[in-house]
Amino acid sequence: MSFFSFGQSAQIDIVLNDAETRKKAEHKTEDGKVDQYFLFYDGDTVSGKVNITLKNPAKRLEHQGIRIEFIGKIELYYDRGNNYEFVSLVKDLAQPGELTQSRTFDFEFTNVEKPYEAYTGQNVKLRYFLRVTVSRRLNDISKEMDIVVHTLSMYPELNSSIKMEVGIEDCLHIEFEYNKSKYHLKDVIVGKIYFLLVRIKIRHMEINIIKREMTGTGTNVYHENDTIAKYEIMDGAPVRGESIPIRLFLAGYEITPTMRGINKKYSVRYYLNLVLIDEEERRYFKQQEITLWRRGDVVRKSMSHQAAIASQRFESSSSDEKALAHAQAKEQ
Amino acid sequence: MADTIADTRRLFSKPQNLNDAYGPPSNFLEIDVSNPETVGVGRTRFTTYEIRLKTNLPIFKLKESRVRRRYSDFEWLRGELERDSKVVVPPLPGKALFRQLPFRGDDGIFDDSFIEERRAGLEQFLNKVAGHPLAQNERCLHMFLQDESVDKTYTPSKIRQA
Repeated sequence: MSFFSFGQSAQIDIVLNDAETRKKAEHKTEDGKVDQYFLFYDGDTVSGKVNITLKNPAKRLEHQGIRIEFIGKIELYYDRGNNYEFVSLVKDLAQPGELTQSRTFDFEFTNVEKPYEAYTGQNVKLRYFLRVTVSRRLNDISKEMDIVVHTLSMYPELNSSIKMEVGIEDCLHIEFEYNKSKYHLKDVIVGKIYFLLVRIKIRHMEINIIKREMTGTGTNVYHENDTIAKYEIMDGAPVRGESIPIRLFLAGYEITPTMRGINKKYSVRYYLNLVLIDEEERRYFKQQEITLWRRGDVVRKSMSHQAAIASQRFESSSSDEKALAHAQAKEQ
Repeated sequence: MADTIADTRRLFSKPQNLNDAYGPPSNFLEIDVSNPETVGVGRTRFTTYEIRLKTNLPIFKLKESRVRRRYSDFEWLRGELERDSKVVVPPLPGKALFRQLPFRGDDGIFDDSFIEERRAGLEQFLNKVAGHPLAQNERCLHMFLQDESVDKTYTPSKIRQA
């Protein structure tokens, strides 16, 4: 920032080579604003051009070097002094010298590791960004460009249902069942609640999705509980032998994949909370953790053919199994 | 290219037994507080209320019972429950000490509208408390609701179903 009309400054623009074709994803910033950012995956190359435009075309820009960095870092809101960069790559664009006119520099970070998903939470933030720095004696000029990273998973090999009998002795016994323990972000929770014994006057029943963010270690541990969704599944008083179905579509809610011990700094976990409320507003509840994962939307060229087929596996109907067998036969 | 289609069919469940579906529910519990009667004369007068209970819950020894209790009995019950159980006990209707002061224009605590207000509050209190699974385990609740009289020298204990 230069208030004086003498002295030189420059405007830095970062333009990706695949800006036309690369998808963008929505991401919330720390102050709650939602914006679109370029979407990258683990192993993707980050390449583009840096345009440095001199603000005062007549003067030269003296500098101590121009460089671009690709950084992945975790910011703990209560501990911003400390730096937790888990990815840090740098490329020198120019040796110390001077710029006599506006210039464009090419850069490429090849097959960059991006092991974690970008996340903005209540006490922690994980972000990836490019940063161009023009070093100068008194004050550097820099520009940052954030990108969003999604981590994809394959359909889990083992995905058992959750089925349990719970209750209060002699008062209320229920058996609840959820069809899976691992759900992808656009999945549907299909389940049922079966009443075995009902000696209290139930007024209604709902299912909540709770997000729990745990940050920090040792003495500085922060827990944030957030109820992401409240969905009523029953209105009225059930009796013994009744079965209440559950069908909860996840796509409408603001959820992320389950994250466990990210760089040993934080975790984000999701729980289904089944709540029964009686005539006198008393609440009876049972919480159960579920694992959320992100499914790839498109078949990516970098995946092997096997992996490509696996990512398209249908969840029902036998005609699709025939298609799968057909595709495998073709391979041979 | 078709995206994967999730299977949202309902999970299988046993068909309900018709007796369960159309029979009386297992949570039947009705408590009425009614028939206020003022007994005694002069300064020793007090009002009793009839407490009628109808239930099919196995934890209650009698499926139907009828007892008379006064306001101080309710206070005793509330105190016992607060001390012995983990229940957050709802409040009773007011003690109305100011109504017991002399030189009032109305009948004080024997005023009809006051008794009716109190009766409604006591009924609400009992329904809230008697339906609580934890309160149902306390001996004091059962003694209050179903025994002929309240023995304040009893030994507090928990009830276990046979």
